[in-house]
Amino acid sequence: MTRESHASRQPTRRTFLKRAGTATAMALTIGFDWAGPARRAAANVAPSAGAVFAPNAFLRIGIDDSVTVIAKHVEMGQGAYTGIATIVAEELDADWSRVRVESAPADAKRYANLAFGTMQGTGGSSAMANSWTQLREAGGKARAMLLAAAAKNWKVPVVELTVEKGIVYHAGSKRQAPFGSLVRMAASLPVPEKVALKDPRDFKLIGRQASRVDVAAKVDGTAQFTLDVVLPGMLVALLKRPAQFGATVHSFDATAATAISGVVKVVQVPRGVAVIATSFWAAKQGRDALRVEWDDTHAEKRSSAALMDEYRQLADRPALSARKQGDAAQAIHNAAHKVSASYEFPFLAHAPMEPLDAVVKLSADSCEIWAGDQFQTVDQRNAATTAGLDRQQVSIHTLYAGGSFGRRANPGSDYIVEAVSIAKAHGADGTPIKLQWTREDDIHGGLYRPMYYHKLEAGLNDKYELTGWRHVIVGQSIMADTFFAPIMIKEGIDPTSVEGAATIAYAIPNIAVDLSTTKNGVPVLWWRVVGSSHTTFAVEAFIDEVAHAAGADPFMFRRKLLEHEPRMKAVLELAAEKAGWSKGPMPKGKGRGIAVSEAFKTYVAQVAEVSVDETGHVKVDRVVCAVDCGTPINPDIITAQMEGGIGFGLGAVQYGAITLKEGRVEQDNFNSYRVLRMNEMPKVEVYIVPSTLPPTGVGEPGVAPVGPAVANAIFAATGRRIHVLPFPKTGAA
Amino acid sequence: MSTSFVLNGKPTTLDADPNMPLLWAVREVVGLPGTKFGCGMALCGACTVHLDGQAVRSCVMPLSAVAGRQVITIEGLQSAAAKAVQAAWIKLQVPQCGYCQSGQVMSATALLEKNPSPTDADIDGAMSGNICRCATYPRIRAAIHAAAQSFKASA
Ligand code: FES
Ligand code: FES
Repeated sequence: MTRESHASRQPTRRTFLKRAGTATAMALTIGFDWAGPARRAAANVAPSAGAVFAPNAFLRIGIDDSVTVIAKHVEMGQGAYTGIATIVAEELDADWSRVRVESAPADAKRYANLAFGTMQGTGGSSAMANSWTQLREAGGKARAMLLAAAAKNWKVPVVELTVEKGIVYHAGSKRQAPFGSLVRMAASLPVPEKVALKDPRDFKLIGRQASRVDVAAKVDGTAQFTLDVVLPGMLVALLKRPAQFGATVHSFDATAATAISGVVKVVQVPRGVAVIATSFWAAKQGRDALRVEWDDTHAEKRSSAALMDEYRQLADRPALSARKQGDAAQAIHNAAHKVSASYEFPFLAHAPMEPLDAVVKLSADSCEIWAGDQFQTVDQRNAATTAGLDRQQVSIHTLYAGGSFGRRANPGSDYIVEAVSIAKAHGADGTPIKLQWTREDDIHGGLYRPMYYHKLEAGLNDKYELTGWRHVIVGQSIMADTFFAPIMIKEGIDPTSVEGAATIAYAIPNIAVDLSTTKNGVPVLWWRVVGSSHTTFAVEAFIDEVAHAAGADPFMFRRKLLEHEPRMKAVLELAAEKAGWSKGPMPKGKGRGIAVSEAFKTYVAQVAEVSVDETGHVKVDRVVCAVDCGTPINPDIITAQMEGGIGFGLGAVQYGAITLKEGRVEQDNFNSYRVLRMNEMPKVEVYIVPSTLPPTGVGEPGVAPVGPAVANAIFAATGRRIHVLPFPKTGAA
Repeated sequence: MSTSFVLNGKPTTLDADPNMPLLWAVREVVGLPGTKFGCGMALCGACTVHLDGQAVRSCVMPLSAVAGRQVITIEGLQSAAAKAVQAAWIKLQVPQCGYCQSGQVMSATALLEKNPSPTDADIDGAMSGNICRCATYPRIRAAIHAAAQSFKASA
């Protein structure tokens, strides 16, 4: 494929700006929900758009043979655009080199995430899983209409037609027609109610290495992020927020700030004081010069160490049951051998590479937003409330997000609401305003992965069989006090606090998993792989301790307890086999560790190999990863997500911690909030389990097992267990 | 106050605060958005540009410091090494979110221009200042090796 064809799929700066204009806006609005089977294709309904065939909300075919797939999910690195386009193009039998992707507008009626119900948004590794059938049908029905059009033109039966790479063929009469030539006719035909989907054996794109649709633009600097949005008359705002969560503005002195050349206005908004300027640099200098007195009456003033002390004590007090099977307490009481351990997990920042940003153009009757938006329906609602508008008056242009890891999907839409509130305070006069966070704003900005304390006990009988498992989790709820609470929190249990622990797959006769939900002033949020970011570590590090106490091989011990879980067992076996587990212990100073997990119905097992030198410095040399995510839509993207998840998870367990002192975050930037760097990245090998089951997600699950696999490897190398995260600064020793 | 330098081969004079970091000068004054902002403290490499052929962090480089010098941003990459790097990046499908990748490409190109056959240790040395939160590191390493191969073959 040529560079040009790659590049042509990308919204360039010019086409992006044009998108706000009427021509493309028109094209965007002609798709419709095909809930009504009797409806005609949209291009027929809207004859002015006659050059385009848009049989549904996800697809447009032009007379120039171009195929435009409308993505309802944000592209934040996980490969959603490519996956979505692959599914549509597969059933359509499109020419992959002519497929481009455009982001959907905010419209929950047409673009809801079916895994979320009626809400448009991306998360929970659900993009492929929820779109699978919907997009296959979208592609398949369009294909059927193009075939019907050709059959009508040529007066031949549809069954005699074949399609390959965007061209319809009739072998008998040696005729052929590219999609573009059939567009007008197809648009006049009814949308079929049902369509036969392909037999997976006939897949030509799914399961192959279709090249990513976004790579070329991400290699030459032309991919457009929110940071890059420039609109006529646009101003840039930086917001000064309190150092302690929950503090509010008492008073401010903008004299020095407004004296900075380029500073236009200083305004107070609910979350702080914003400096609005003609450029980032002016806004930054203005904010540095701004003086704000804060009212800390309602601020969280405790340190994270004090909070952890409280958590440790809570672990011994009564808690709510998240899973109860048999009588774990009794089983452990009666056990011949007992094992116990606790694990401590810090707050973690997401620290996506692109600091949060949003552009808002607010006027008396409309609010237009540009952002790497992950939660369109929620953001639309929160923006409308902030602006005092109706939800329909808020439109969102979803751009590439420079990473998110969950941060851009938050129930309070923090960065969007800030931007709207600043535009409102500026006068809601239609001036576009870009709110830009700095890295320090991001690290200080809250909505962290919650801090947790886990306490585990296990009992083994005299044959060293695991008979009882007791797991207590202490920490904040992510869903509490959000609009998710009434739907998601059942009998006091936030599922995101216990997933991966309450769902423990091992065959243990007596299991008790309890949850003690804490409350404090630190705002928290889901972070890549959510609950399993801590529960998998606790479960997989502890089962390793139990296996050791039983004198068993950690792989064999797990395997025996997973006989009834074929998919989990299969990835465990595959990882062990590829890693050469059966070769036995590694040489002195090296160790191998294993862990397995299920998250969002994707199964991942990893074997880590580490070297530990005399000073205790740990180097992770290799990670072997086996994954079962159902039908592999794009094996190369699955591999990339496993690699990326491993690097992300590894950085977190080795270095990641947000700590508070008197309520103030002690980290500022990548110097004190360390993340994984090139020289620390292990070799990664990924093996994908072949499958024809419906696809599940890969954006997050690769993160879960790497921490415990490495911790277990460190134990194999040194005999030392890790109970407090991140790993000690001096290494394992 | 104005500062004159050569930007992507073109003599350029900017009338801007000489203390303004080069990053914001190229982004907001010149209007070249390929160079990204990630940390503002020379900690992440997202803002990497070439200054007289060296990879530098433009977020901490005052505009005044580039007076009379040659600056190349991702938009101005032309060299054979750069083309080899970008082709390898596409071949190995390196980017995920893509936000760090302008900086990665700039650092990798500067490395290859100085050292056409980098070892893994050379790559660690040249690339560890460029953070990728998506952890595309294994592919960056493989792509640099692949670019080195094709660069040598073409040279
Ligand atoms: S933005 Fe310059 S090094 Fe991070
Ligand atoms: S590709 Fe996302 S930060 Fe590097």
